[in-house]
Amino acid sequence: MNEKYLEIRNITKVFQTPEGGEVRALDDVSLDIASGEFFILLGPSGCGKTTLLRSIAGLEYPDSGEIVLQGERIDDKPPYERPVNTVFQSYALFPHMTVSANIAFGLEMENVDKAQVSARVTEALAQVRLEGYENRMPSQLSGGQQQRVALARALAKKPKVLLLDEPLSALDLKLRRGMQVELKRLQRETGITFVFVTHDQEEAMSMGDRIAVFSEGKIVQLDTPVEVYRRPVNAYVADFIGETNLIKGTVVAGGISLPGGNILPTDQLAADSVIPASGEVTVAIRPEDLVLATNGMISGTVRDVIFTGDSVRVHVAVGDVEVIASLASYGTQIPEQGSKVTLNPEHRAARTVAS
Amino acid sequence: MSHTNTASRKRGKLVNLRNFPGFNPAAWFVLFFLYSPLVYVVIYSFNSSRIGAVWESFSVKWYGKVFENTDIQRALKNSLQVGFVATVLSTLLAVMAALGLLRMQRAGKAVAMALIGAPLIIAEIVLAVGTLGLFIAVGVPLGKIGLMVAHTAFCIPFALLPIRARLSQLDMAPFEAASDLGANERQILRRITLPLLAPAIFAGALLAFAISIDDFITSFFVAGPGATTLPVYIFGMIRSTVTPEVNAISTLLLLFSGSVLIGSYLIQRKRR
Amino acid sequence: MTAVTTPPKKQAQRGRPGQSSPKLAYLPIIFLAFAIGIPLLIIVVYSFLEKPSQGTGVKWVFTLENYKALFIQEKLDGTTALDTRYIKVLWTSFYYSVVTTVVTLVLSVPVAMWIATRDAKKRNLLVALVTLPFWISILIRTYGMRQIVADEGPIGKFLGIFNIEWSILYAPPATILGLIYVFLPFMILPIYASAERFDFRLAEAAYDLGAKRMTVVRRIILPSIRPGVISGIALVFIPALGSFLQSDMLGGGKTNMVANVIANNFGQARNWPFGSALAVLLIVLTLLFVLIMQGAAQRRGEKVELV
Repeated sequence: MNEKYLEIRNITKVFQTPEGGEVRALDDVSLDIASGEFFILLGPSGCGKTTLLRSIAGLEYPDSGEIVLQGERIDDKPPYERPVNTVFQSYALFPHMTVSANIAFGLEMENVDKAQVSARVTEALAQVRLEGYENRMPSQLSGGQQQRVALARALAKKPKVLLLDEPLSALDLKLRRGMQVELKRLQRETGITFVFVTHDQEEAMSMGDRIAVFSEGKIVQLDTPVEVYRRPVNAYVADFIGETNLIKGTVVAGGISLPGGNILPTDQLAADSVIPASGEVTVAIRPEDLVLATNGMISGTVRDVIFTGDSVRVHVAVGDVEVIASLASYGTQIPEQGSKVTLNPEHRAARTVAS
Repeated sequence: MSHTNTASRKRGKLVNLRNFPGFNPAAWFVLFFLYSPLVYVVIYSFNSSRIGAVWESFSVKWYGKVFENTDIQRALKNSLQVGFVATVLSTLLAVMAALGLLRMQRAGKAVAMALIGAPLIIAEIVLAVGTLGLFIAVGVPLGKIGLMVAHTAFCIPFALLPIRARLSQLDMAPFEAASDLGANERQILRRITLPLLAPAIFAGALLAFAISIDDFITSFFVAGPGATTLPVYIFGMIRSTVTPEVNAISTLLLLFSGSVLIGSYLIQRKRR
Repeated sequence: MTAVTTPPKKQAQRGRPGQSSPKLAYLPIIFLAFAIGIPLLIIVVYSFLEKPSQGTGVKWVFTLENYKALFIQEKLDGTTALDTRYIKVLWTSFYYSVVTTVVTLVLSVPVAMWIATRDAKKRNLLVALVTLPFWISILIRTYGMRQIVADEGPIGKFLGIFNIEWSILYAPPATILGLIYVFLPFMILPIYASAERFDFRLAEAAYDLGAKRMTVVRRIILPSIRPGVISGIALVFIPALGSFLQSDMLGGGKTNMVANVIANNFGQARNWPFGSALAVLLIVLTLLFVLIMQGAAQRRGEKVELV
């Protein structure tokens, strides 16, 4: 794998708001994407991830910085000269063309000969499992089918990079799960580099080879899903990726003093946790890493017990904060509301994070 | 059950709103008012009497006179020629203006909008005599060419109306998609923009044609003796003599407008 | 590969995909400047020039006489007096237009509301019926109206049965009736467009909150059709003010409106400069009205749609 397949170098993009203010959508962003990688741009809306994707496509022009694909600079080219293609959030199908005309459009722009166009349209339709829909109009298709046409249309171009802008956000949960699996399969089979924008952290983790977590125009963390989940660099990432109890504490001798007079010994924290000599720290513990213990380190009072099927979520008042523990619904003694319990962090999964 | 009660009570009041006292007769009166002169014209076009208001017997002789009248045929030919040229040119210019205005900067756009809006706001008589002044000043002979220029000008805003409306409703995403798929500006225009605008361009052209064919005031001043259009000719007939022939021409024109409208409606429906 | 960073091109130089170059609008603008702009300019210029002693056209001598002549009459003995003829013409045009606007408005609100509350199928048919006259020559419609209101026309004949005299043709009422008849659809359609967008569940909610029917009409329905009413007023008043055919064909030339006097000066009277001065006055009055309407609309944050 060529590590520097698509390079984003120091991209900055500032938008003027109608009120005369400025928004830094991208603030000196740099990253390298490898060939054949399934790369995720993750963040809440307005964090700059879509602006970056559109900059790669050529639909936005950054104020400064460079975009380099296979050693060739593409950021000064118009969209129609870039060997990348996009699957749009709204699908953006041509409403006046049939499914096959939609897919053929990009190939006709390259002056591909007719026989080959029709072969590649058939191939693309097979890839997205839409055989038999050639002559339908987009308005006759369901949302999920339109989504597949949009995908086929981009894939037919055999792009060097496929850009996907929240392509699954309009689908319902069940359809979305199915498409996630299919997209992953398609990416594996075609070997095309995917850059996928999403605000859904679960989607990001289940699909991505690597995830770039964005906040306010900057990348806060860039790592594999496991690393991002297990070693969030700060409270923002810890909170955004999955669910986390963020508990403020104070460093004391041999441990961290948590609310309610609880002490969490330093040797229970993840080995690579950075613990200052004194002062305040934030401890991040995932609900599934907390277990009920007979004489645990964190004691509190059970406030709510919520049964969700595969787990039982226990809300525990620890001093003046609430800590959530997610327990397996089988084989566990479920505490009663109002009872006193103690909790232990398992696997040294608790860690301090920068706030 | 109280829930059902509230629901039916609301529905009862809604029915009240639909049948506001006086609205129903007012509406029927207005429709009667709008159509009775037209119906009258159609009925009396079949009156054999020379005196318009006295019904004698059923006859189609006035239609015979219309078809024999070579002046009418010439005027109709002039109207159609001017109307056709003005429709094609004004629609073409309107499409160009609509597309170009999208990205035009403020000052240029303001000037353009003022020029486009002028025929809609300023009384036609003013533009008509001004155009007469212009043609005499620059030596454009009064006649068909001048008429075509003048008609094209005041048809542009009408042709533009549906095109601009459609353009403002269009989703920009398919244009981005086309560019992303490798289409340059020219290809986007030909393959995406124009096909998506087609129904609006058609509607604009129809509007322009109707405005041109109906025009009286500008044609009256700019046509000159050689290029009398149908409305100018009819106006002359109405002024000089009251002849039931006018009822017959009017009925034919009503038939023409009606069939153009129904035809365009059918074409547009077929497209969908 | 190491590339030297150079700043990429700015977005403004490129535009978004599908947004054609503004240059495309140059040709239509140049054409309109020639065929609309220059005629208007010519009228303004002519209004400050003298009338040639013979024939039509203008003499290139600057004068303000044309504007003076709108209000002041020079008598044979050299004394001047106020000339009310043209003030009366302007007043007539204004008065007819106001009456036309008010009557069409009063008729249109119930009709538009009535159409908007029919079911979809009937609604489309009714809208088509109201739109159809727009496609029919104004000349023919005015001519039809002339036959209806003529002394021996259907109304005259009907009233004759009761020995009631009917004679309005070639008098002001016929002109006003003709104006109302011709411009009525221009009032109904924009009001209908507003009424049709009105969510009648709002009225339902108002009822639910205890409002009486008149209160619902006054507080909920009328404010919601306001944009349509403003558009309708503009669409009726502006063309009525400059109308020519109705006063010519129904008023019989006795009740002149501004347009008729302008036409006369460019026709038989052969006084182009004076006709131009009247035309400038008409433009100024029209623009004044447009500004007032826009002001009225903007105060409420609404946009006036002209046509």
